[in-house]
Amino acid sequence: MSNLVEIRNLHFRYGERPILSALDMVFPRGKVIAVMGGSGSGKTTVLRLIGGQLAPQSGSVTVKGERVDPSNVRALYAMRRKMGMLFQHGALFTDMSVFDNVAFPLREHTDLPEEMIHDLVLMKLHTVGLRNAAQLKPSEISGGMARRVALARTIALDPELIMYDEPFAGLDPISMGMTANLIRKLNDALGSTTILVSHDVQESFLIADYVYFLSKGAIVAQGTPAEMMASSDPYVRQFVHAEPDGPVPFHYPGKSLAEDLGLGTRA
Amino acid sequence: MIGFVTALGRWTRETIANTGFAARVLFEIVRSSGGLLRRFRLITTQIHFIGNYSLLLIAVSGLFVGFVLGLQGYYTLNKYGSEQALGLLVALSLTRELGPVVTALLFAGRAGTSLTAEIGLMKAGEQLSAMEMMAVNPLQRVLAPRFWAGVIAMPILAAIFSAVGIFGGYIVGVQLIGVDEGAFWSQMQGGVDVWNDVLNGVLKSVVFGIAVTFIAVYQGYQSQPTPEGVARATTRTVVMASLSVLWLDFLLTALMFS
Repeated sequence: MSNLVEIRNLHFRYGERPILSALDMVFPRGKVIAVMGGSGSGKTTVLRLIGGQLAPQSGSVTVKGERVDPSNVRALYAMRRKMGMLFQHGALFTDMSVFDNVAFPLREHTDLPEEMIHDLVLMKLHTVGLRNAAQLKPSEISGGMARRVALARTIALDPELIMYDEPFAGLDPISMGMTANLIRKLNDALGSTTILVSHDVQESFLIADYVYFLSKGAIVAQGTPAEMMASSDPYVRQFVHAEPDGPVPFHYPGKSLAEDLGLGTRA
Repeated sequence: MIGFVTALGRWTRETIANTGFAARVLFEIVRSSGGLLRRFRLITTQIHFIGNYSLLLIAVSGLFVGFVLGLQGYYTLNKYGSEQALGLLVALSLTRELGPVVTALLFAGRAGTSLTAEIGLMKAGEQLSAMEMMAVNPLQRVLAPRFWAGVIAMPILAAIFSAVGIFGGYIVGVQLIGVDEGAFWSQMQGGVDVWNDVLNGVLKSVVFGIAVTFIAVYQGYQSQPTPEGVARATTRTVVMASLSVLWLDFLLTALMFS
């Protein structure tokens, strides 16, 4: 099977508010796929559905051909062992050192001796350039470093699928370039599949093989980064070229200014 | 009128649903605790955090409660010429009632709030979600060790509270007021029954430990992941735990000493 993850005719809503509708997406093995779109477009919801943290109202999500079913906790946890997810702010355990954070999944899921865990953790930290920060606490490192530690923890068990939720948010340009480079290198070195949720066009286009653009819970464009750069689609153009007004309006929809000020109705 | 009935119906439905969910969480915690026996270090770490850090508060409070019991007991008993029974009064008051109850109330304020805030902030920082995504059940890894640590720590703290309280009563009654030392201890020895008084007190503190610690971890787990949500959950822990302790105390007293 060439696709590691498949989403078919998926509908999801919070209460009465629709978030995703008739969504079809495929994530081929070994590729870095970017899912892009403005705030509230449903990008993070896609990740949560793949990870089984949410259940769709209809449609399906399959990983390695197996349906993701949050009601079957045992199967879901078995599936999650093959996944890694990097949260927006790292979500490091603040009561543990950097070393213990990276060692956490190894200690939870393996019976490896502590000496071997020590070596594995240092190798993972070396990969993200933070071997010498192993004994620091999360409160003692910068946001960019925390993101890299979380990345080392994410890849601790060499997952087949790695999901990133806004990995570039709030990073300085150096950390951003470093993180983007790591995402690509790790994907290729581990032979894994990467789903990258981001609204950072420059960095995402540099490392992605394929891009999905979401707006209001539906795919509005898809293709390679080069195709997206050349796209004449108004939404893609506005997003890629950071235009302040377009299909995504500057003003929140509602009454006009003239109506609000009562112009035209006054004598 | 229709609005009132609707609101009442919604409240009833939500209360039943919340109670059911809380029961499920408690069941899950207990069910998933088997694995903790192999990793008892997780519980001992929490006993240290919850119990050791509450020790000073409990001991000092116990001492002052003992002082007050010594004074009040002496003033009352002296009217009837029974001040020799002061040791018995202090010991029974502490082992049967004040030890378990006051310890549980202090525990709710000191350790309960701390547990709720810790778990709530872990949730707000997506640490619980991260754990779930690593195929680690937060109920088993985070809530269960804290729950059992609270259940184990509570009777020990209550015992320390009672022991220090008796010592406080001794200092005031015997050393300061001058009640006969032999009568103080012998009346206590003769009147306090290990099974009916001491063990019932221990049983009470175990029940309070279960109630207070579960309320604390559950409120943290269920809190809204915002600063306001965590603050509200912490307040709910103190209110609900305190009321539960007082209500359970009445119930247990009626069952044990009737």
